[in-house]
Amino acid sequence: MRARRWGGAMAVLALLAIWTPARAQTLVADLSSHLIAITTGFTGTDVVLFGAIDQPGDVAVVIEGPETSQTVRRKDRMAGIWINNETLKFSHVPGFYGVASNKPLDALLPPAVAQRHEIGLDHVRMLPRADVDAATVAEFRAALIRNKQREGLYGTEVGEVVFLGQRLFRTSISFPANVPIGLYTVSVYLIRDQDVVGAQTTPLAVSKIGFSADIFDFAQHNGLVYGLLGVLLAMGAGWLAGSVFRKG
Amino acid sequence: MQIYLPIAEMSVNVFWVLGLGAMVGFLSGLFGVGGGFLMTPLLIFIGVPPAVAVGTQANQLVGAGVSGVMYHWRKRNVDVKLGLVMQAGGIVGTVLGVLLFGMLQRLGHIDLVISLSYVIFLGGISGLMLMESVRALFRGRRKGATRGKLHHHTWLHGLPFKMRFPRSRLYISVLLPVGIGFIGGVLVAIMGIGGGFLLVPAMIYILGMPTTLVAGTSLLQIILTTAVAAVLQAATNHTVDILLAMMLLIGGVLGAQLGSRASGYLKGEQARALLALTVLGVAVKLAVDLVLTPDDLYSITTTAGPK
Repeated sequence: MRARRWGGAMAVLALLAIWTPARAQTLVADLSSHLIAITTGFTGTDVVLFGAIDQPGDVAVVIEGPETSQTVRRKDRMAGIWINNETLKFSHVPGFYGVASNKPLDALLPPAVAQRHEIGLDHVRMLPRADVDAATVAEFRAALIRNKQREGLYGTEVGEVVFLGQRLFRTSISFPANVPIGLYTVSVYLIRDQDVVGAQTTPLAVSKIGFSADIFDFAQHNGLVYGLLGVLLAMGAGWLAGSVFRKG
Repeated sequence: MQIYLPIAEMSVNVFWVLGLGAMVGFLSGLFGVGGGFLMTPLLIFIGVPPAVAVGTQANQLVGAGVSGVMYHWRKRNVDVKLGLVMQAGGIVGTVLGVLLFGMLQRLGHIDLVISLSYVIFLGGISGLMLMESVRALFRGRRKGATRGKLHHHTWLHGLPFKMRFPRSRLYISVLLPVGIGFIGGVLVAIMGIGGGFLLVPAMIYILGMPTTLVAGTSLLQIILTTAVAAVLQAATNHTVDILLAMMLLIGGVLGAQLGSRASGYLKGEQARALLALTVLGVAVKLAVDLVLTPDDLYSITTTAGPK
């Protein structure tokens, strides 16, 4: 179990080592931390991204969580009660998505460019796993985003990138307690004249650490033993309670 | 103080969960039932995924059952033979229930089935209990009920494979306790409840057991059934959160002690009427949720990748 977590940490280091700015020197950015540790006391956290640009322009930041498959179901009323009916599956859906910029996105980029770089909630990549008409896809896609927003995993609004002077910028990214574990990518884009002229990607790992991680790993990989231990623990607690309150 | 639940994957306030356990424990001590029927909907209500609520609840009930049986054991109110025979049906029911649970989860109907089972079982039984206790309250005013035979003979007593249960002074077909245990097992797996409120009347009215032995014996069968359910849910569906179960257990045990002391101040019929009203309230709330138009018609489930 420990080895697997170290493996994750090593992957982050390896990515850090090979990452180079796309167009050297136009843009430099980094995170206050490259690891979010979910410990027993975890209630969510903020990560600060800061950076500098060496030429005038605007900045957009996109945070994408690990890819997942999502099943979206629509309820219909049958015999008076609401029952899940129509279903559409999406693959390659980021488990977490956030975006921030120093100006409104539609003022910065035309939709085609935003689409290419997946900047903005309208452009998050998610692939429908069935041949259905565009209207249905759009409807289920909107529902998926709405549900993710309710869970706090997709940003409801564009975050603010703040410039400190001409060159330095910073923004803060909030992660809720239910943030999915895995490898995240934080992409920073330098935008000028309605186009992306520089980009940099930096990794961020979200990982369970310590007691809660040990329990999770154990439950996932030794389900039967975990279940048996859980029952023994419950029996022990019940027996203890029954003995302590014997006189009562 | 916040604590992160590793399986439910959410952060909860420790004192909140302990309080929840204590409150349900108090009610279960007061009425002499397991309390699973209150705990599972409450857990879902505070945001625990339904599947995790059911799995965790099965584990929690094992502990609650053990301390309950110890209490009845000291008073010699447990029919071990009958409990074990019921258990045989219980294990089969649990295994089938857990498989069914996994299948419904994949089809996306598990939440609906959990809610519907609650509405049907809780609504039906609490309605009957309420009528019964209201009638008893009126009769009590009018003066002593007549004492009938020990039990009436019906077609149920004509079933084959008869067996003697000396402790309960019964000579009945094993199919009856096995069948009751089977239904109990399915309920544990799908609804996360011990099913005491269903088993107890069934043991009194269908088996014709002496009422003094019913509580202890049903608890004995509940321990083993919930234990099997908890292990299977952990092994196949990964839905048992030990941390959550332990917190509920600690709160529940303390609450149950207070509750059983408070029960001395309540008359039997009054307690039953109150219990019936509580159960009916839960059932009505769930029924209304099924019928009302939900805020969002769409729901999502993560089917692959990190949750």
